[in-house]
Amino acid sequence: MTVPDTVASPGGELAKLSPGKRFLVMLSDLWAWLFLVAMILFFVVSVPIVGSATFVTVRNSQNILVAIVPVVLLGLGQTFVIISAGIDLSVGWVMSLASVLSALAIRDSFNAGAPVWLAVILGFFAGTLGGALVGAINGVIIAKLKVPAFIVTLGSSFIVRGMALLMSENTTVIGLPDIRAYGNESVFYYVRGGDQAGFYFLHAPPLATNMLRQLDRILPWPVVVTAVVVGIVMFILHRTQFGRHTYAIGGNLEAARRAGIPVDRRIIAIYALSACTAGVAGFLSTLQYGAGSAVIGDALLLSSIAAVIIGGVSLFGGAGTIMGTVIGSLIIAVLTTGLVMLSVPAFWQFIVVGVVVIVAVLIDQSRDLLIGRNESGSET
Amino acid sequence: MSDPVLSIRHLTKRFGGLTAVRDVSWDIFPGEVVALLGDNGAGKSTLIKCVAGVHQPSEGEIFFGGQRVQFARPIDSRSAGIETIYQDLALANNLDVPANIFLGREVKRRYFGGLIKTLDERTMRAESQTALDALEIHFPTLTQPIDSLSGGMRQAVAIARAVYWKARLMIMDEPTNNLGVPEQQKVLDLIRKLRDQGVPVILITHTLPDVFAVSDRLMVMHRGRKVTEKQTKNTTTEELVHYMVGALDDTREASTAEAAA
Repeated sequence: MTVPDTVASPGGELAKLSPGKRFLVMLSDLWAWLFLVAMILFFVVSVPIVGSATFVTVRNSQNILVAIVPVVLLGLGQTFVIISAGIDLSVGWVMSLASVLSALAIRDSFNAGAPVWLAVILGFFAGTLGGALVGAINGVIIAKLKVPAFIVTLGSSFIVRGMALLMSENTTVIGLPDIRAYGNESVFYYVRGGDQAGFYFLHAPPLATNMLRQLDRILPWPVVVTAVVVGIVMFILHRTQFGRHTYAIGGNLEAARRAGIPVDRRIIAIYALSACTAGVAGFLSTLQYGAGSAVIGDALLLSSIAAVIIGGVSLFGGAGTIMGTVIGSLIIAVLTTGLVMLSVPAFWQFIVVGVVVIVAVLIDQSRDLLIGRNESGSET
Repeated sequence: MSDPVLSIRHLTKRFGGLTAVRDVSWDIFPGEVVALLGDNGAGKSTLIKCVAGVHQPSEGEIFFGGQRVQFARPIDSRSAGIETIYQDLALANNLDVPANIFLGREVKRRYFGGLIKTLDERTMRAESQTALDALEIHFPTLTQPIDSLSGGMRQAVAIARAVYWKARLMIMDEPTNNLGVPEQQKVLDLIRKLRDQGVPVILITHTLPDVFAVSDRLMVMHRGRKVTEKQTKNTTTEELVHYMVGALDDTREASTAEAAA
């Protein structure tokens, strides 16, 4: 789409735009935040009108955070992959495999006499390293054998699914020691009323059954773990050479190669990282449910891609942020939770999420038009 | 005259049965701008790609800085100090100016004894500014993705990158293509500045006015052979066109002269 311009093109720096346009560009940069805030406001007003519930409660916010843990974790790795102009279709089923692997590691090491905490740590490594291995193999086939990422990860996701079903022997790995404390405990607890009202750290007080409704969990461990992973990958993507190279590979693969970037090694690491964050998601699900499941990640692939896209990562590669992906995940979770509380039938959730994905991409595109990005240089 | 920076001796490149470059010898000296001319398919690009390590010569030798060199890959020729700026510029358009100048050679800060390394954005920005100032290139801001810059400004980024990394020879493939007239002038100015800093430039071009504007010497290829090599001031557009279409050929005259003798 190279348009040979015969007059000096004016560049297109933001500074040269009219104030009105500059405002629009700023708005489109922030639209995901604004949309999230607007949506929360909408539910705050509408939920009490429809039912008797309130939307913004501690319990609700914590539920939303727990609910988005797998979507965020799958989305984090996917963010790297899509910024590098690739795609990883295997993350959902890698998460399932990781859930099975960590459950097997926990069960077998516990049965061999390991204490529960050690079994859990072994389970973590089984899930994350098992995932990373799958990703690294994906990366080798993509980088060295030049098979398109779409095909490689499509194929490997079926293989991974088969392996997960095979290893779990009937989809669920049971017989684990009681590890749900690790997955379900929170950093803080808050009892809203009664004799025991107040904050509690790490452990909930023993409560009478009728008081359980008064108990709020604040910062459940899976959310804390996810926040730590978010921090780590944010650092990697935005502060390190590896992150810079990820953008360069997605922006102009040939330029990255010519600049001496070890492109193949980077691509292998990117897919390993993607599968590794999916592995964390699988491990956490095993902790939460106290069992391994070979189907736990089935429905999550497309949600995670949707979160990444809503968060502003370009499918053509080269653009996007970790914070965007987190916001994108939040938007999906707030949307579905809010719609449920409005008693909107479930199919509407899908329709609304679909519309949001398309609108998000439209906003990104119109933003580029506004700034007058010329893409001629990126095509070789 | 000082020793040549680049010296090509009897270079031939064949692709199967096709001989793209036939027995070309050529010298480039410090601080000169040399134009490489020829019609499409004359072998200019193939010759240059042999120097840049994209292709390997079938026969002949390349000397760079007095040393015999054999570049297996483009990165080998780059690390030797030969910077080739192709038409697609080899820039990452989604990154800003400093990120492009330091692409693949990022400056890092080390923490915990090198266990954790972060990008040293401040140093890279300051160094980029210095490199751009030295070439009198001015950007309103360095921290925007360069896809918001015009073609000429991106060309300038590529040149600044080469200069910063102490390129000892610059090869530019049609640098003024697709640029507006004021931008073309800026790029030609940059080429003159490179020469003034002692960096020789090989300019591959179809644009004869550019040749007369900046080059000191020129070489014309036709069907894979070098047909003439001249001081730019001793020739005319008309004569060059005759060489480019094959109507004039110094080697042919020499061989007929030999045959006569």
